[in-house]
Amino acid sequence: MEIVFALAIGVLAGSGIYLLLRPRTFQFIMGLSLLSYAVNLFIFGMGRLRTGAAPVIDPARGADPALYADPVPQALVLTAIVIGFAVTALFLVVLLAARGLAGTDHVDGREPERE
Amino acid sequence: MMQHLPILPILLPLLAGALLLFASETRHRPRALLALGATLAQLATALALLACADGRIAAPWPGELGVYALGDWAAPFGIVLVVDRLAALMLTLTATLGLAALVYALARWERAGSHFLSLYQFLLMGLNGAFLTGDLFNLFVFFEVLLAASYGLALHGSGAPRVKAGLHYVAINLVASLIFLIAAALMYGVTGTLNMAELALRVPQLAAGERTLFDLGALLLGIVFLVKAGAWPLNFWLPSTYAAAAAPVGGLFAILTKVGVYALLRFSVLLQEAGAPAPFEGDWLFYCGLATIAVGTLGVLAAQKLDRLAGFLVIVSSGTLLAAFGFTGTTLTGPALYYLASSVLGSGAFFMLIEMAERNRAVAADLLAISFEAFGLQDRHESEHPDEMAGVAIPAAMAFLGLAFISCTVVLAGLPPFSGFVAKFALLKAAIAAPPAAPALHANLLFAALILSGLAGLIALSRLGIRVFWSSERPTPRLQWLEAGPVAALVLLCAVLAFGAGPAMDYFEAAARSLHDTSAYVGVVLPEAAAGGAP
Repeated sequence: MEIVFALAIGVLAGSGIYLLLRPRTFQFIMGLSLLSYAVNLFIFGMGRLRTGAAPVIDPARGADPALYADPVPQALVLTAIVIGFAVTALFLVVLLAARGLAGTDHVDGREPERE
Repeated sequence: MMQHLPILPILLPLLAGALLLFASETRHRPRALLALGATLAQLATALALLACADGRIAAPWPGELGVYALGDWAAPFGIVLVVDRLAALMLTLTATLGLAALVYALARWERAGSHFLSLYQFLLMGLNGAFLTGDLFNLFVFFEVLLAASYGLALHGSGAPRVKAGLHYVAINLVASLIFLIAAALMYGVTGTLNMAELALRVPQLAAGERTLFDLGALLLGIVFLVKAGAWPLNFWLPSTYAAAAAPVGGLFAILTKVGVYALLRFSVLLQEAGAPAPFEGDWLFYCGLATIAVGTLGVLAAQKLDRLAGFLVIVSSGTLLAAFGFTGTTLTGPALYYLASSVLGSGAFFMLIEMAERNRAVAADLLAISFEAFGLQDRHESEHPDEMAGVAIPAAMAFLGLAFISCTVVLAGLPPFSGFVAKFALLKAAIAAPPAAPALHANLLFAALILSGLAGLIALSRLGIRVFWSSERPTPRLQWLEAGPVAALVLLCAVLAFGAGPAMDYFEAAARSLHDTSAYVGVVLPEAAAGGAP
């Protein structure tokens, strides 16, 4: 399970970083989304991967920490998702404004000169 | 009531910002009064915290450091706010600059777009929270709050150059936020805690392999703080963003880079005993600061317009702080904090001043015609507020602007008699006294960097100043008292800081001492763990 999880994070982060370095705003925002998926999975993984363990205490099973998954990273992921979602939406607005004002989707607001 | 004092700097702007969202945009007076009241209350709270932290008035907490447990959850489990002299100092600076820039904005700029006052309060909230928090992830959240507000403010007034610079600013900071998350996750994964005091306790106990992972996380965290601080080579976004931002926003942004510097300082002190990794460790930070000063100085000399010049001056001041904090030993911290206060006040005033000085250029329709069009102000004012645009013509407007410009130049270049000189003098005095503990080379390098950057600042400022103020074909700009007042107040504060340098320096030295006393910080946040004989 760990290797699949790690590969998934790696592929997402790799594609995300590649797209971040591209010159179009749309590519940038796609890259940003992919990278934030990778980061969210990474945070989740930092609580150690467990199967069949809930992060919430179940009265029937008692309060032994070994029975439960670490709840903190899950709370962190939730916060990170919400914040990431909000700022991505905000970036989308800026992107549209830039597109409308500059007439191009290049991140520098003008097309590079070609020979 | 008194024991809830530390939470007020976060709650006040949050409430005021939320209330302002509901007030109709057309009702200027109640909105302005609400924003002013909230900011004044923040200033009063910050001053009260300052007095408490310094022991001037009876603090609602025992000892030097105040800990406020949110929801009364004890430290490693709940989030704590920690008030020490440094945090109180940063709060006071934020509120002072915030009040000045707000008054300036109320005169005109507030109406150039929507929700300016709400965003402004949220930015103040993020700043205050970042200075107070004692929790790594909470720091991330407050960074996001202040960044989200700053995105809106950087774009305030709209227009092509502003949106272009804003796009870069938002993009860089979004990526930096993701790096922050990776760093926080790595640190949590290894140490199992997000509390900054507990991190400091756990790090020395880590096994070698875990330690590598932790250092990696700290490295990434350092990069994030350096991006915020505007350290070279992570600062290419800074001059254009600051130059494009509206004047009061630029004024408040003068303290934004200092958040990065503050966080870097806080973490480097906490991790010092454990042997802090690269971005926090002395030599590395020192040379990074020197490179930042060098690049900023070149930019200052090359800048053709005052607004870009101001951006590069912010970079120089960031570099100076980084170099001072990276300097071996702790003797430079106190003077560096004095320099921080002086440069924040000085550059805040400068950002607002240059907008007033450049206003007559815009009227003369030369270089800045584009940016004036970008402000989108003229039409709105002509249609909605025909008489406010004109303002009261201060007879001596030009004299005031010239005097204020000279004062800012003196503060920023570090000449006597204002606070900039005292700051640089104190820094250099401490640096010269530092060997043999520190290599003599470092002291010499710092000496050269500070003197040269000051000289470059003086040359560039006087060159551009001559062009702006001694030009015969420019009409006298019209100023409103609301705009002239804050600038004058900030410049006066710089003078007060210089003439009260003795008591001020005592405070800054005490702040540095209590900052470097890591065991006291850990002891007060985690009384049980510290008593349990942990290293």
